Amino acid sequence: MEQTWIILGASSTMARALMQKLAEAGAGLVLAGRRMDDLQASASDALARGAALAEPVAFDARDPDSFQPVIDRALDQPGQINCAVFVGSMPPQAEIDADPGLLDGVIADSFTGPARFLQMLAPHLEARGSGTVVGVGSVAGDRGRIGNYVYGGAKGGFATYLSGLRNRLGRSGVHVLTVKPGPVDTAMTQGMEGLPFPTTAEAVAEDILAGVGRGRDVLYTRRIWWPIMLVIRAIPEHLFKKMSI
Amino acid sequence: MQGARRITYSGWGRVHRATGPVARPHAADAIDGTAPAFGNRRSYGDAPLNDGGGACDMTAQNRILAFDPRAGVLTAEAGVTLGTLARVLPARGWLPPVLPGTGFATLGGAVAMDVHGKNHHAAGSFCQHVTALTLVQNGQRRPVTPETDPALWAATCGGLGQTGVITQVTLQLAACPGDVMVVTERRVADWAEHIARLDASDAAYCVGWIDATASGAALGRGILEEAEVGRGLPPARPAPRRVPLDAPHWALSAPIVRAFNSLYYHRVPATGRTTVRPFDGFFFPLDRIHDWNKLYGRRGFHQFQCVVPPEQAEALRAMLAEIADSGLASPLAVLKRMGPGRAGYLSFPMGGYTLAVDFPNRAAARALIARLEDLTVAAGGRIYLAKDALATGDRVKAMYPDHPRWLSRVAAADPDGALETDMVRRLDLRRT
Ligand SMILES: Cc1cc2nc3c(=O)[nH]c(=O)nc-3n(C[C@H](O)[C@H](O)[C@H](O)COP(=O)(O)OP(=O)(O)OC[C@H]3O[C@@H](n4cnc5c(N)ncnc54)[C@H](O)[C@@H]3O)c2cc1C
Ligand SMILES: NC(=O)c1ccc[n+]([C@@H]2O[C@H](COP(=O)([O-])OP(=O)(O)OC[C@H]3O[C@@H](n4cnc5c(N)ncnc54)[C@H](OP(=O)(O)O)[C@@H]3O)[C@@H](O)[C@H]2O)c1
Repeated sequence: MEQTWIILGASSTMARALMQKLAEAGAGLVLAGRRMDDLQASASDALARGAALAEPVAFDARDPDSFQPVIDRALDQPGQINCAVFVGSMPPQAEIDADPGLLDGVIADSFTGPARFLQMLAPHLEARGSGTVVGVGSVAGDRGRIGNYVYGGAKGGFATYLSGLRNRLGRSGVHVLTVKPGPVDTAMTQGMEGLPFPTTAEAVAEDILAGVGRGRDVLYTRRIWWPIMLVIRAIPEHLFKKMSI
Repeated sequence: MQGARRITYSGWGRVHRATGPVARPHAADAIDGTAPAFGNRRSYGDAPLNDGGGACDMTAQNRILAFDPRAGVLTAEAGVTLGTLARVLPARGWLPPVLPGTGFATLGGAVAMDVHGKNHHAAGSFCQHVTALTLVQNGQRRPVTPETDPALWAATCGGLGQTGVITQVTLQLAACPGDVMVVTERRVADWAEHIARLDASDAAYCVGWIDATASGAALGRGILEEAEVGRGLPPARPAPRRVPLDAPHWALSAPIVRAFNSLYYHRVPATGRTTVRPFDGFFFPLDRIHDWNKLYGRRGFHQFQCVVPPEQAEALRAMLAEIADSGLASPLAVLKRMGPGRAGYLSFPMGGYTLAVDFPNRAAARALIARLEDLTVAAGGRIYLAKDALATGDRVKAMYPDHPRWLSRVAAADPDGALETDMVRRLDLRRT
């Protein structure tokens, strides 16, 4: 069947890796994001690799008025519609501590913006009776840590939202995959030293496609993060509050 | 450069190492041309290294920016690999005009080494098919074509990245009238037959594998492989495998290599055979085993590759005899005919024959390679800098008569030496 993927945050490094693989498999792509010149370059790349369609559309997670045109562009296409969410922002916690006004933006980028978008898309997926939603959360969303608890809070909220969305859409044959990456070498982590168990955007994209293929619900990438987060989640709060991991 | 991480890295041969801040920019405008660039470090020696200084890893620059399926012209970022292009283009009727033996080579690395393929005798070198480049020189973006600045062009093609960081490459592709490679393999009994068959071949792609352990009357025996693009169903290719650990030092010892080579030789029936292979299986046979360089263990390995003029085939035979007698060679030994095609002052190719042989990194092998370099100079040939980790500046300058012209253009392009690499310093290339 024909497949069209809406890519929210198509200028993300991880999104690029996934789009390249989808394009080589002949899928159609709607590239949603803020930096139109970058989206245009990725659209050319996708077409050269064999994408059936590759169209940039302006999208800003903080501007809900930009959402409907993205959805409309995908609805123009026959066949199955899928959506992969890569938007997110992670300013240093210290900056947010110094300027609490930054908090709303972080939540909008990583949680409420994409959640509202998916809320608008959901009825259309239900109507078509098939499709996949891939939501990129983070291991940071599994526990509130001193180093980035606002970002973590947004990602945790998004993961909870996706869990509910899965419960709803599963009844109509639409699958929801939550992806929780550990550190990935991308624009977001540029120059950060000493990240534990790092991986690449290409490896994450491969894991996502494998997870979609197998109908997985929640996927940690690299896989080592699953047992690590199992342990971290199990630490009692009265101990965890004194730790700085 | 911004966003750099301090790492230790090496070339494919893993003999030289470098440590320093390496940036891997995701945004093209973050590339400022203040540090040397590298691709996938498939060069064997120290060409992609800058010990103690910074470097720019180009592999995140991996987008095809424009593709005209009618004219077969493609513009891409410099970190796009030739393997990617060989994978996605045939379905659209095109193929990169020149492919080296690894699909991991990036466009930037292919330009900076002016690489050659199994079709060099007919198609020439990689840069002869490149029609435009974008260089970044000290923060300045600069489009270049062979017409706008012929000297800068010739200093850039095969120029070891010393004229600027290459960010974009425009390539004229070759028409690809099929879906598979039709490959004919024949046993060749000895050196004379090997050379005669290479000379007689009119196949688009032609390469000889040599059993570098065979000596005496069998010296130069091997398998000649000739191939054309054809129509058909590509056979499935097995999933890639990985060498997980450094192998022990005896893994490629003389008895094992002799046994392996004999099996490999006899695998092809005495009457020869024709088979069909997928493009990547034909062009990049070794890429199927990831990290195969670990087979040589922690000490790493060398490849000696030289080219000599056609009338010096006898000198090449003498070199092969020394290699066979040394008992040091690995299974990887390749003999090719080369045409005259080359695009830059420091481009490797010249009309004649090229021989490439891998050796484990041991004192006896290093001494043998030094001797082979002397024989190469004496034969009026040259060694390939993409493979070199051992040569001296004097020898290399003697082999590359256009070095002074390269030097004067490089001095203008990078006056402060910001793009110098370990190889450039080892070979003292930035001085006469
Ligand atoms: C198994 C194997 C088979 C091979 N077969 C062949 C063959 O058949 N024919 C052949 O010609 N070669 C062959 N090679 C060599 C290989 O093609 C070259 O070394 C090539 O340059 C590797 O590309 P790379 O992207 O890894 O470049 P690197 O090794 O990372 O870099 C090579 C040089 O290019 C410079 N450079 C890289 N990118 C840029 C950039 N963007 N801007 C400026 N400078 C840059 C580096 O500074 C360095 O000097 C083979 C290598 C292997 C491992
Ligand atoms: N890298 C990691 O280690 C890591 C680990 C776990 C989870 N993640 C998550 O993985 C996802 C992809 O990130 P990445 O690592 O690939 O980094 P990235 O390249 O920085 O991607 C982040 C993307 O979010 C987009 N974005 C941010 N705010 C936006 C807004 N208001 N409207 C529209 N787009 C917006 C950015 O667009 P612009 O280009 O316009 O800025 C960019 O495309 C993110 O959700 C991130 O939180 C990353």
